[in-house]
Amino acid sequence: MKIDIRQNQGVTILAPKGRITIGEGDVALRQAVHEALKAGNSKLLIDMSEVKTIDSSGIGELVSAFTTVTNRGGKLKLLNLPAKVNDILQITQLITVFDVFDNEAEAVASF
Amino acid sequence: MNPEPHRFHVAIASRFENIELVQVVLQDTLEGLGVGEDDRHWVDLAVREAVANAIRHGNQQDPTKRVDVDFELSGGALVIRVKDEGPGFSPEEVADPLAEENLLRSNGRGLLYMRSCMDTIDWAPHPDGGTEVTLRKRLPALGAGTRAQEE
Repeated sequence: MKIDIRQNQGVTILAPKGRITIGEGDVALRQAVHEALKAGNSKLLIDMSEVKTIDSSGIGELVSAFTTVTNRGGKLKLLNLPAKVNDILQITQLITVFDVFDNEAEAVASF
Repeated sequence: MNPEPHRFHVAIASRFENIELVQVVLQDTLEGLGVGEDDRHWVDLAVREAVANAIRHGNQQDPTKRVDVDFELSGGALVIRVKDEGPGFSPEEVADPLAEENLLRSNGRGLLYMRSCMDTIDWAPHPDGGTEVTLRKRLPALGAGTRAQEE
């Protein structure tokens, strides 16, 4: 899985592409979040628009990233959930945990 | 006339990267049988979870132990069995991932995924040893036969 990283008004936007699944995608997401934090970026927005599949390990990694960022005084939010990823967040009830946006400008302004 | 069931069997060593092998065969088979994209997605997720559980919890990621996947689609009834070489477990002992105190845990959602993606999930010790999980899902659009058979 590839993760594009860019900045928008002080917010680091991570855009994973492909599958966030056990053994590869979940590790890539963990590393990308840790590197962003290490670089001093604590406002993280994950653009999910190109995520095709997210298994329970991938969801676990998202939760882990959320708690890590929050515990360090930062914020992690989600952008552009595909329908099937949204279904997973509903099933796992994590939709109540994450701030979710479908507009990048609004998401960035919310930090 | 009852159409002949479609079956395949895949055996993999207990490495997470081998889940992709199962996924490729599964997706190719389901697509060839005319199963819609939504159903293919949810079945794929459930099987991923079952195989990942077999590798991680059943076989303790020991690559000398194998995971067997058996697929059967007959008259719109999809049955997939995933067998490991582990000692088994009790689903009742798995913490509820939807309980408020567990919501932010980073693991423990595999069974929830399987239950949500399929119609029924059952576990049983296999007569040859190990544990077998059986995932079932009705695919009513295929009940009268498969696209491949109709063409």
